[in-house]
Amino acid sequence: MAAGATSAPQGVSRPPSAVAMALRHPGVIVGGIVVLVVVLMGLLAPLLGTIDPSSINPAARNRVPGAEFTMRTDTGERIRMTALFGTDSLGRDIYSRTIYGARVSLLVGVAVASLSVLIGLAIGLVAGFFRWLDAVVMRIMDGLMAIPAILLAIAMVSLFRAGVLTVILAIVVPEIPRVVRLVRSIVLSVREEPYVEAAVTLGTPTGKLLWRHVLPNTIAPLIVQGTFICASAILVEAILSFLGIGVPPEVPTWGNIMAEGRQVFSLYPHNIIYPGIFLAVTILAVNVLGDGLRDTLDPKMAKRV
Amino acid sequence: MSMPVLEVSNLSVAIRGLGDRTHAIKGIDLTVGANEIVCVVGESGSGKSVTAQSVMGLLPKGLMKVESGSIRLQGDELTTKTDAQLRAIRGERMAMVFQEPMTALNPVERVGDQIAEVLEIHTDLDAKGRRARVLDIMRAVHLPDPEHMIDAYPHQLSGGQRQRIMIAAALVLDPALLIADEPTTALDVTTQAQILKLIREMQERKKTGVLFITHDFGVVSEIADRVVVMQMGSIVEQGPRDEVLRRPREAYTKMLMASVPSMTPPKRPVVTGAVTLEAQGLFKTYGKRSFWQPKARVVNAVNDVSLTVRRGETLGIVGESGSGKSTVARCVARLIDPTAGAVKIEGTDIAHLKEAEFRPVRRRVQIVFQDPYRSLNPRRTVGEAIIEGPMNYGLSRHEAIQRARDLMTTVHLSPDALDRYPHQFSGGQRQRICIARALAMEPVLLIGDEPVSALDVSVQAQVLKLLDEVRRKFDLAVLFITHDLRVAAQVCDRIAVMQKGVIVEQGTTVEVFANPQHAYTRALFDAAPGRHQEFGSGATA
Repeated sequence: MAAGATSAPQGVSRPPSAVAMALRHPGVIVGGIVVLVVVLMGLLAPLLGTIDPSSINPAARNRVPGAEFTMRTDTGERIRMTALFGTDSLGRDIYSRTIYGARVSLLVGVAVASLSVLIGLAIGLVAGFFRWLDAVVMRIMDGLMAIPAILLAIAMVSLFRAGVLTVILAIVVPEIPRVVRLVRSIVLSVREEPYVEAAVTLGTPTGKLLWRHVLPNTIAPLIVQGTFICASAILVEAILSFLGIGVPPEVPTWGNIMAEGRQVFSLYPHNIIYPGIFLAVTILAVNVLGDGLRDTLDPKMAKRV
Repeated sequence: MSMPVLEVSNLSVAIRGLGDRTHAIKGIDLTVGANEIVCVVGESGSGKSVTAQSVMGLLPKGLMKVESGSIRLQGDELTTKTDAQLRAIRGERMAMVFQEPMTALNPVERVGDQIAEVLEIHTDLDAKGRRARVLDIMRAVHLPDPEHMIDAYPHQLSGGQRQRIMIAAALVLDPALLIADEPTTALDVTTQAQILKLIREMQERKKTGVLFITHDFGVVSEIADRVVVMQMGSIVEQGPRDEVLRRPREAYTKMLMASVPSMTPPKRPVVTGAVTLEAQGLFKTYGKRSFWQPKARVVNAVNDVSLTVRRGETLGIVGESGSGKSTVARCVARLIDPTAGAVKIEGTDIAHLKEAEFRPVRRRVQIVFQDPYRSLNPRRTVGEAIIEGPMNYGLSRHEAIQRARDLMTTVHLSPDALDRYPHQFSGGQRQRICIARALAMEPVLLIGDEPVSALDVSVQAQVLKLLDEVRRKFDLAVLFITHDLRVAAQVCDRIAVMQKGVIVEQGTTVEVFANPQHAYTRALFDAAPGRHQEFGSGATA
């Protein structure tokens, strides 16, 4: 008498796909498209009518957007071109610098998000599952959380040299405890689930148990948390560059461009306005994407009935 | 004849969504007269709670709505009322008591204020007058020391006292209709008996009409004047209690009542197999007094428990919540470490073994949990769930799958269902899968921690039958934890009654049921709902 299972609906092989649901959410669509455009812009920067973002043209300093200027290439040719976003006080093309600047911002955003999520996940799983480690690990995390990213960056830049890696590390360290807290709270509730206890009685080794039964529960919230970390990292990188303690000034980043435009802001506001718009739109898009993902992936926050 | 308090006619409630059902209830008719208790009884999904919600105007918005039919409260049509009009009626002319007294009360508001809120909204009484009325109703529901308790917070009260507060809040304005949605399901059996008595008493006081929703035929036989049996959103049968319970007309009603286990244990042969489990002087203590915390609270969850289970024998541990019965099970399965004592599995004491030494024995003790919806990882197929254990102990994937297929047949499921996910199965099917998963480890001791408590009564009977089958087939020792005396009566060879961490009485099931020695055991039996009503196969035979 094998009557039982046949009543289950046919043709359904998996729980309703969260990815499919996410792709229908307006926030995910809009945010995703904008982020995709920024990513493509960074990758395809040389093809978008840009010139070398660090080439200095003293004859064409502080031109307003739309002004034409002549520049000399490495081969000695003279070409005329239009400065779409104007030029800065060294005569560099702001349009080119802004487009190339997307590369550093995205690199920092993605690297910080992935590193802090990976490290935080590992620590959080261990802290949540092994109760005797919990108190020690979490007090260390509390300590880390008390360090502001900007102060840490200043300290690290004075110890090592300024560079993208230093910036990334400086932002990652204070983000890790936030991920650890999130993962730990999920592990603490999942470890009480009967299916985890059942796996214990089945003799499943602890590593496998964490990987199979606990870790999958953390993925959706971590993707959401990752997007928010990404947005905040892009912003912190810009702040650090603006303060002159981030990426070296010859590398174009949105923060650097704005920092250099600061002195002449009242006369030539385009130095700050254009990279500022890109920064604002990118961060808004990443946050909208994150909100959308949270609505669809994180059941606790979902608006579903 | 006077007008009925509640008259529901041809009521249909539509479900919006992608589910397999379009209607939660379809064309039901029922009435509740003054001074009458009508029990709506049915299994999960029968639409009994939806009926209560539609009367109260509390259907989940956007998900369900009344499609047709009428609901009249003392002749007043409710389905056409606006939200504001319904608000004025709720609390004053009809009121509801919910299942979960823990969550139905606001934890940060004094209980007296929560009762007074009803008065504040519906009457012009001043603070002094409200307090007097609250004290009156608290006395009426027999809450001890109302002058003191009126200022208590919900967490300071027991579950039964909270449910009394809920009933007081519902009845403070003497509504014509009281709706009680499984009001005693979350309570212990002794508390349940008191609350049922209270509802009966309060109903007689002001001739209130009561619509009582329950899944428990024992409760029905205790409290109902009339019974309405529902199945899949329709009414199957209704009539006076004694008629429905003694001479059910419909096959579905007969089947439901036959599924309720009888309180009379059958005679069982004495089991003389080898001793599989022997627990001696088991203690589990939470909290510890130390130099730093000399006044720390110390709880003896398990206090000097000794028991044995032989091959082929089922030992039931019976008790109310907090009695420590589940803690015993978890100590035996070494999901938690006992504080002191010995747990011998086939002679090996596992109570204090290191994890590595315990590993070979672990597979010999398997456990089936209460909640079938949380016992299986929703992201893994049932096949993966069943082969996980054997593969941990070195079986090849191929052999493990073969064993899983055999076991699926043993638990009466199709072997081809192995690649499905848990959400595609019903609660009873999932519990079969959990049994198969446990059997795949070739255990000598199977622990059931309330394995049928979350299941509907008809499904419960099938799972109990299956447990009995596998016990015989594999000659298993079974440790069966339950709060339900009827279930214990039917499946256990011997039972141990636990109270506050101590086994107060232990003996063969027949002896304990026929001649309970301890006062607590007698109290449990006296509280069992419907103990005078014969259910089970005896009722229909």
